Amino acid sequence: MSDFEKKILEFKNRLNSTQDSKEIEAIRTDIFSKNGFINSQFKKLGSLSEDEKKTFASNINKAKQELLEIFRSKAIEVLDKDLNEKIKKEKIDVTLPEKEFKIGKIHPVSQVIDEISCIFSEIGFSVEEGPDVENDYNNFTALNTPEDHPAKDMHDTFYLDESMKTLLRTHTSPVQVRTMIKGKPPFKIIAPGRTYRSDSDQTHTPMFHQLEGLHIDKNINMGHLKGCLNYFIKEFFEVDKIKMRFRPSHFPFTEPSAEVDIGYRIENNKIIIGEGDKWLEILGCGMVHPNVLKNCKVDPKIYQGFAFGIGIDRLAMLKYGINDLRSFFECDYRWLNYYGFDPLDVPTNYRGLSK
Amino acid sequence: MKFTKDWLDVHLKTNKSESQIIQKLNSIGLEVEKVEPVKNELSDFIVAKIIKANKHPNADRLKLCDVDIGKKDTLKVVCGAPNARDGLLTIYAPPGSVIPKNGMKLEISKIRGETSYGMLCSESELKLSNESEGIIDLNDKYKTKIGKSFFGEKKGKNVIELSITPNRPDCLGVRGIARDLSASNFGKLKEPRKSKVKKNIKHNLKIKIEKNKNQACSIFGSCIIKNIKNTESPGWLKNRILALGLRPISAVVDITNYVMFDLNRPLHAYDLDKIKNKITVRNSKKGESFKALDNKNYTLDKDMCVISDDEGVLGLGGIIGGERSGTEIHTKNILLESAYFDPSTTRKTAKKLDLNSDAKFRFERGVDPQSVTVGLDSAVELILEICGGEVSKFDVKQTKKFKNLEIKFDPKMVSKTVGTSINTNEIKKILSNLGFTVKTKGKFLNVKVPSWRPDIFGEIDLVEEVIRIIGFEKIKSIEPDKKRTKPTLNYFQKHFHLAQRSVASKGYLETITWSFTDEKINNKFKEKCESVKIVNPISSDLNVLRNSLYPNLIFYLEKNLNRGFGDQALFEIGPAFTGKKPGQQITVVCGIKKQSIDEDSNLEKNDLVDVFHIKKDLVQSLTELEIRKEDFKVEENTPSYYHPGISGSIVSKDGNLVLGYFGALHPKIISNTFGFEIFLENLVEYKAKNKKTKESLTFSDYQKSDRDFAFLVNKDTRAQDLTEVIQNIDKNLIKQIKIFDVYEGENIPSDKKSIALKVTIQSDHKTLDENDLTNISKKIVSTVEEKTGAKLRS
Repeated sequence: MSDFEKKILEFKNRLNSTQDSKEIEAIRTDIFSKNGFINSQFKKLGSLSEDEKKTFASNINKAKQELLEIFRSKAIEVLDKDLNEKIKKEKIDVTLPEKEFKIGKIHPVSQVIDEISCIFSEIGFSVEEGPDVENDYNNFTALNTPEDHPAKDMHDTFYLDESMKTLLRTHTSPVQVRTMIKGKPPFKIIAPGRTYRSDSDQTHTPMFHQLEGLHIDKNINMGHLKGCLNYFIKEFFEVDKIKMRFRPSHFPFTEPSAEVDIGYRIENNKIIIGEGDKWLEILGCGMVHPNVLKNCKVDPKIYQGFAFGIGIDRLAMLKYGINDLRSFFECDYRWLNYYGFDPLDVPTNYRGLSK
Repeated sequence: MKFTKDWLDVHLKTNKSESQIIQKLNSIGLEVEKVEPVKNELSDFIVAKIIKANKHPNADRLKLCDVDIGKKDTLKVVCGAPNARDGLLTIYAPPGSVIPKNGMKLEISKIRGETSYGMLCSESELKLSNESEGIIDLNDKYKTKIGKSFFGEKKGKNVIELSITPNRPDCLGVRGIARDLSASNFGKLKEPRKSKVKKNIKHNLKIKIEKNKNQACSIFGSCIIKNIKNTESPGWLKNRILALGLRPISAVVDITNYVMFDLNRPLHAYDLDKIKNKITVRNSKKGESFKALDNKNYTLDKDMCVISDDEGVLGLGGIIGGERSGTEIHTKNILLESAYFDPSTTRKTAKKLDLNSDAKFRFERGVDPQSVTVGLDSAVELILEICGGEVSKFDVKQTKKFKNLEIKFDPKMVSKTVGTSINTNEIKKILSNLGFTVKTKGKFLNVKVPSWRPDIFGEIDLVEEVIRIIGFEKIKSIEPDKKRTKPTLNYFQKHFHLAQRSVASKGYLETITWSFTDEKINNKFKEKCESVKIVNPISSDLNVLRNSLYPNLIFYLEKNLNRGFGDQALFEIGPAFTGKKPGQQITVVCGIKKQSIDEDSNLEKNDLVDVFHIKKDLVQSLTELEIRKEDFKVEENTPSYYHPGISGSIVSKDGNLVLGYFGALHPKIISNTFGFEIFLENLVEYKAKNKKTKESLTFSDYQKSDRDFAFLVNKDTRAQDLTEVIQNIDKNLIKQIKIFDVYEGENIPSDKKSIALKVTIQSDHKTLDENDLTNISKKIVSTVEEKTGAKLRS
């Protein structure tokens, strides 16, 4: 056996007998590195005759190939063994708590406003807004509510000056006035927003949310009003049928005026909307009073239409089973987490309003 | 407005049942609020059980009893009876009830320092016997009756309570309700009874309505009734008065009240013998005062309408009578007044004096000016029937003539408004049944409005009358068009919507807090804004409009802390007010974050909230709103409610608009709390001015290289300035600059700090060679050193 062969055998033995990745790396250096065994053998070629050279080179290459194969399989074997050992040690109690993911929430009132906008968008309404601070004219006078009229008693108004000319709007109806004054008919808008009345008890908060609706065009009549509200209520409560009744009422800014009740029943302490023999008042509406149109520079001989006002908070309470109006504004961490909505849960008309 | 079915029967001949009537009333706009059994005087007295008779802490002879009255909670009642003991079944009188023996009305009162909610009764107090020793001791039979009325509730008769809208004063009288029902085919309105009373005696009291500025009284009708015998009212009348929720007083008073609720015709009875000389209806002088029937003294302003005699004010016209001329049980001669007072003036006076009465409630809504004599007739007949006496001729002083309004009415208006065709004959029939006089004139109807309908002014009012009687259920519903011609949300609203959900997605809970707040807290946040005070706040700690969203957010954050929730992130999107004029408000998104560190938890390696945390949330939300890093710069000046050293403002690149603030809140306001604000109007204004369309994406696949630099700079040098200088050297080649270390301390002068940054260099056109890279690196070093005074650390 030549020295060369002996050396090869030695390397083979070393490789075969080891189970240690460091040793394997050392052997690899000894054999294959720049100054390793294989290269050193190739360097010898120069001093050999052509024939010898051919034979020896072929021997080196053969040996190299052989060693490489052994090395590779050995390396994989040891790596595999090492990893298996490592995995064996890596045991984690996965019942320990996960990292907390802090997800925010959307307030139910905001969610409901988005739902409402989604529904009315479908039938061509656009969203308008107005300021929270209003003047007496837009809040009352333009809306056909004269000075010193008992109808004003229904609104416990917050005033910002002694002369009672600036106030916090008591309803979203001033948005009607602003919209009509600044634009040209037809008008087809909804206006959600904050409203204020100096009232605070079990069922009243000094601030609450209203939705105003206004549709003025040449031939808009009470049939359209009925159809529009019926559509809205059905879509909002996501039911196929809704029991609804219009009761004549009085608001200075609409005539004829109506209050709308929806049917409901109680089942297992839960309210079922749309059926049953009990009635729940949910909104006020009517045909916009000609005086209001005149005040807003719209000719009542040509244009007519309807308006409505809905309590948004109340709708949210009914739809999502929230019992206490005051809790909407108390910012209780538990409440916000429980009743709030995932920010990714955006109501859309192709997905549907609620998840 | 309350009434009973049998009272309605006085005016309406109908075969409809009570429940049919209730349903009909609702459908014609007379909303039924409540239906409940008539209360009699004794139904207040309830069977009760003493759970525990405790000793009164301050009085030996009194006991402080816990009383079960069949409700969830027991009540505290102070009792002096020696037989009050644990377990005793007895009779309880609640506050507000009247003790039959002495007519005393119970109130919640303090007895020797202990509050007593009502009274336990003896037999004599309830007029059951003369036994006054101790309270009633009921036998065991009553054990099951705790909470029930002792005398039993009379079943059968119901009081129907209507909520009458302010436009319908005529329905504040039973006759008006009957008229509406008859117009709805619910029976026939009976003709009023013709008075057969002989008016024999002379009306010898001088009465004058003075000509004053804005004289509220335009009609003053009256008569004198002599030699009456005032008495307790007969049963039927008492029952009606009780049905109204009033207490029977005497026949004369009960009759005036009865007529008021029967015909919506307020009347007033004076004791004639107490009137000095004559009656003058005039405006008051400033400072005049009188004692009213509610036992309170009122001092009047100038120009309030008063009824007076030679001695002074007798009463306030249309509002309340005076004590001096009030009738009593032994009154012999009376003056009966039936007048008309102007709604607006009456309302103003009552409002100023904070006075409410059933008469005022009616006059301010509008009483039928033509009902003056009808009212007198009706009352006179009853007084004579019950109290006897002789009546004078009626004296009616009238300064203004009432003329019925006439309306030219196009009956097509009805169909045009409701969308359903209604026959003209039906329209005519309905209006006639409601008391309108209708004449056809060509295509139009000439409609004369009855004097009891002050709410009818024009055609649209008549349309409403017709449709409410026909019934809203007859209107055919028209399906809405699913057509959209305008976008639903405008540019601003889209941003509002996106900002709201963007911030929520960073882990913040959305809150909605009041638009008003406590002035004391608000002052810390108002900066240069004026406080906008509410004249009539709901409470003194909600007395100004908020200038910032922080005061309320901090208030509720602290409330939650007290509830035991340490880790919190809250936000609100809503108005902050900059002045008190309409429109002086801005839309702010305000987030607030507080972290509590759980010292015990090794598992929960807290990701500590610091200023960069809040900055991250803010910048990410801005990015989502498409305000990119190149659109803004960070500056250090922030409002005083932020920590001066740990806060920044986000200003648009052109320096004109503040888009937001972020930072630690000032430790004097709240400790270890971070917050941010986004000013949505500014943001949207900036975006609208700098609208960008997305350019098509280009990127380079040539080799990129990173070069690290560490510069020694003055301590107050801002990282942003350094990166800006580098970025500007070559915007094409320098793709990214990342600060990876800021170091102060050992090996560095105390007024310096080291900023280490990694610059990514890449060309879009070729692979840069060593030479190119060296050149750009040199340029970076030299430019930074030149422009910022920094030194490259070696």
